[in-house]
Amino acid sequence: MSISFNLNGKQVATEAGAVRRLAHVLREDLGFTGTKIGCDAGDCGACTVLLDGEQVCSCMVPLGQVAGRDVTTVEGLAAVDGRLSDLQQAFHEYGAAQCGICTPGMLMAAADLLKRNRMPDDEEIFDAMGGVLCRCTGYRKIVDAVKHVVQPNGVDFSNPAAGAAMGARALKTDGLRKLDGTEKFGADVAPPDALWLRAVRSPHASATFTLGDFAPLHEKYPGLVRVLTAADVPGNNGYGIYPDVKDQPAFADGQIRFKGEIVLALVGSHEAVFGIRDGDVPIAYTPRDALQGFDAALADGAHTIHENHPGNILAHGYVKKGDPAAAMKTADVVVEDSFETGFVEHAYIEPEAGWAQRVGDRLEITVSTQAPYMDRDEVAQLIGIPNEAVRIIPTACGGGFGGKLDLGVHPAIAVAAWVLDRPVRCTWNRIESMAASTKRHPSRITARYSCTNEGDLVAYEMDGDFNTGAYVSWGLTVKDRVPVHASGPYYVPHVEAKSRAVFTNETPAGAFRGFGIPQAAIAHDTLMDMMAEKIGMDLLEFRLRNAIRKGQDTATGQVLEYSAGLDQCLEALRDPWQKARAAADAFNAKSDGVRRRGVGLGCMWYGCGNTSLSNPSTMHVGIAADGTVTLYSGAQDIGQGTNTTMVQVAADGLGIRMDKMKLVWGDTDLTADAGKSSASRQAYVSGRAAMMAGEDLRAQILRLANVGDGASIEFGEGRLMVTDGDAVREIDLAALPADKRHGNVLVGEATFDPPATPLDEMGQGNPYGTYGFGAQVAEVEVDVELGTVKVLHIWAAHDVGAAINPIQVEGQVHGGVAQGLGLALMEEYFPGRTENLHDYLIPTFGDVPPIDVYLIEDPEPTGPYGAKGIGEPALIPTPPAIFGAIYHATGVRMKRAPATPDRVRAAILAARGDKP
Amino acid sequence: MSSYLRPTHLDEALQALAEGGRTIVAGGTDFYPARVGKPIDEDVLDVTAIDGLRGIERRSDKAGDHWFVGATATWTDLVRADLPGWFRHWKLAAREVGGVQIQNAGTMVGNVCNASPAADGVPGLVAMDASVRLASLAGERDVPVLDFILGNRKTARGPDEMVLGLVIPDCGEDARSAFLKLGARKYLVISIAMVAAVLEPADDGTVARCRIAIGSCSEVARRLPELEAALAGKPADATLAAVATADHLDGLLPIDDVRGTAGYRRDAALTLVRRTLAELTE
Repeated sequence: MSISFNLNGKQVATEAGAVRRLAHVLREDLGFTGTKIGCDAGDCGACTVLLDGEQVCSCMVPLGQVAGRDVTTVEGLAAVDGRLSDLQQAFHEYGAAQCGICTPGMLMAAADLLKRNRMPDDEEIFDAMGGVLCRCTGYRKIVDAVKHVVQPNGVDFSNPAAGAAMGARALKTDGLRKLDGTEKFGADVAPPDALWLRAVRSPHASATFTLGDFAPLHEKYPGLVRVLTAADVPGNNGYGIYPDVKDQPAFADGQIRFKGEIVLALVGSHEAVFGIRDGDVPIAYTPRDALQGFDAALADGAHTIHENHPGNILAHGYVKKGDPAAAMKTADVVVEDSFETGFVEHAYIEPEAGWAQRVGDRLEITVSTQAPYMDRDEVAQLIGIPNEAVRIIPTACGGGFGGKLDLGVHPAIAVAAWVLDRPVRCTWNRIESMAASTKRHPSRITARYSCTNEGDLVAYEMDGDFNTGAYVSWGLTVKDRVPVHASGPYYVPHVEAKSRAVFTNETPAGAFRGFGIPQAAIAHDTLMDMMAEKIGMDLLEFRLRNAIRKGQDTATGQVLEYSAGLDQCLEALRDPWQKARAAADAFNAKSDGVRRRGVGLGCMWYGCGNTSLSNPSTMHVGIAADGTVTLYSGAQDIGQGTNTTMVQVAADGLGIRMDKMKLVWGDTDLTADAGKSSASRQAYVSGRAAMMAGEDLRAQILRLANVGDGASIEFGEGRLMVTDGDAVREIDLAALPADKRHGNVLVGEATFDPPATPLDEMGQGNPYGTYGFGAQVAEVEVDVELGTVKVLHIWAAHDVGAAINPIQVEGQVHGGVAQGLGLALMEEYFPGRTENLHDYLIPTFGDVPPIDVYLIEDPEPTGPYGAKGIGEPALIPTPPAIFGAIYHATGVRMKRAPATPDRVRAAILAARGDKP
Repeated sequence: MSSYLRPTHLDEALQALAEGGRTIVAGGTDFYPARVGKPIDEDVLDVTAIDGLRGIERRSDKAGDHWFVGATATWTDLVRADLPGWFRHWKLAAREVGGVQIQNAGTMVGNVCNASPAADGVPGLVAMDASVRLASLAGERDVPVLDFILGNRKTARGPDEMVLGLVIPDCGEDARSAFLKLGARKYLVISIAMVAAVLEPADDGTVARCRIAIGSCSEVARRLPELEAALAGKPADATLAAVATADHLDGLLPIDDVRGTAGYRRDAALTLVRRTLAELTE
């Protein structure tokens, strides 16, 4: 029976089943992919549409209920001529969209609000939009945008002039398509004839299994084309991010090491693969005891999860400088404590998705990812074909944060498309995204810090375990990064830091914004507070005294030559710090004792780029015969804005207006390897390459014109006018031969690999080309009786070297703070128990406070125009700042993240000697 | 394949239920989340098109004078409804259900039928001594909410029955009410504990009756009869909150889960009860 309704002002009819979710029908049957699906459970609001003018989650509306009614989607917001609505324009100008996956839902919720209330205040915006989650922005810029619709603030958002793009608050080059529903994410692009693939996953965390006969399944479900198993993998049935470690199978081969591991894939029609119940698939499991948590995995007699790692230890990390054991004895004050953190889920709103097709002897994978080239090489060895035979075409990435560095849907769709020679698509649902994707490493850290009575740091010792789950993923990186950064952004004469990565039968822990440093920062900065208190020194002044400065050496013996702006960050925060501390003390003096306020401080540092490894980026800037200038950037934009910032630095390198530079991004056939969007390396490493590629093209033009470095170039249609003093030269571009690859007549090329050296057995060396520094102050209010903590304000100062685009940098800081707040107060993933966005909590609209951002620019000479990374730095100081604030408010030290209400209350009762 | 029935008359709906085996759907806000990644192959009865089930209105019938909340009335309908002041606690609960999207689609009756221990709407109903009105081809029956919800996701609804609505007896004109929900974040949060209370003052300024219900601290929301007895006759002023003690919460059976420990729930519930009483006597 046909169901018809009014969609964005036009009558539509569909034969789709009445019980189907409206969101699915809009996307799959009607082609309106602007509406996004994040959870299918009403937990995220990404699918928000207006039904008869009121916001609803279209993932929970049966199609049958919309018959004869009005449905408005994001595609219906702009005017018929494509002109953005005021609301969309405000989102654009305020940087309210980062990755853009939640943006359609945000816009629809805001549109619903603004119809009723044109001048909403913060609380009204929170209430109306609180049903939509955003993982990138920290919400504050969305609030600004919604307020701005009727209260323009007069900021000039025009495109910068030639040579002035660096440092400009330029709008996102890909911003408009994130606002009108046209941006394509991983689930938006598969061709209509693609087969569907659904993974069948183990319900057990540790088991062996055998497979039965699939013939009855095929008989019952004629739409089932193929069941793929480990036996079908043409190449090596293993993947992993290190070239020599491919331990995670594309399909489990008789062994299950974590709950949610993929056993096989059903490929066929949507009806067939989603109609089959897992219980009907002939898999016979023999479960055994699962090793969950450190103690189980490290216990005597625990079974070995990977044969080549007896004792379930993946690896050790080690850094030693000086003689900390001896120095510790000479110190006036020694503090020691232990800290724990749990699994943390990336919770990007876009679940993993993509599709693959075989094109002759090549394989093309269109997918949401953070690492196109790494994906390419990984897939190639799974299929057993040369790297160049794989093409990765990245879609827009609806949030990554490290979770889309490892392969997601790729292995299964790659094998399926290769074996079947048909296009195959797959979209993980929220439950499997959470069950199967990597997590932040749980940690348990014991550390000692010491100082003199005058306040000079003496020695630091740390011993940390990191739960890497069932597979290696980024475990080796975490175990290396943590000891390097363990003592914090301070000058410490003596350091010994040990780390272990431990296998368990839990979700693989991989890369997550900070690679273990956020966990380590809780330890070092809490100990900093404890020392300062013991010697009676202000917490900020103590840190300022010890802030590592140029000319001093790190724990690995690296002497910082440039760009070490922690001292400047702390000086910028001194005023708000002192005022907020005093205000909290004054509040508490008048308080009834139930609500108490506190102010805390956290500091961080973070090496930009891979640890002691080559991680080059290569960029091209071409000019075609018709004068079109194009940047070919492989730096994947995951919402952080590289599609904009790369253009800014490349345009300035060349000397052209940034809006005159076209961008080709991501596709491994069209762009060179710019590495991964990870390790806060894109602005620094790829940015430097993009700037130099622009400069290289400019140099080529000047050489052609035979003029000096000071000449100016005027870019015209098919020709260039080069002026050097009185000399004016015209270059006829059409007269130059065009290259075959892109049809360019001139191509600037540059590669940058940050300077780094290997670490020796004592962990000594220069692991990074530069470091980001930052400090944050958090003000909280604790409800002492309930243990709830509300963050009232964050002041965040970050040394970014130079801000390529302050809007994007602020966006990174806001988003990092929001994730740090989540880590500190509410986020803990329990495998098998919190595989959804209502049991796993991330901050909502009302949870992220106003954030004052202080951009400190201590230029990094190896970065583009002085810039370095900010993606990860922004998250790292937030948890220790919040924990310090809780201590200031209540006198209790939280040593386990997250500080959930029950844990805070228990700590308060324990401090009083009461039982919880 | 599933069949999907969306009748406009109650008779059709009851007839379909009598024929058996249908899952009832209204707002869909519990139905769909329970089926993420699973095939939807059951037969569905969508009740949202049935005439006359969406009202929130005064009624007078065998149950006496009361407020009747129809089966398809949404949380937003409740928030917007013009109701006596003592509905305040229930309106507050409505505003804390999910986000506005959920409030616009989800129904109070669905919340009761879903029978979650953390159902936001249930403590408020329990504090008002509300009943559930069920209908089948065999006729209608009213069942008190606490007799209707048998446990976690279990109700007394027969497979051939549907809930027509909620019967809410009048509270006194001067009654006032309050609701507190404790969660680990601001929006879209499943409660760790919650308290709903309705206080009816006597002419002399004492408590004539104060009904208190706690949610998320037992399989089903619970009243606190010992505390209610202790409150009766006490001055309805700032001293009232202190009447509540830990002993009054002995009947709760909280569990440990990812949101909090049982001990914490008990402790927090007492705080919430006292704050609720303080709010009612402000």
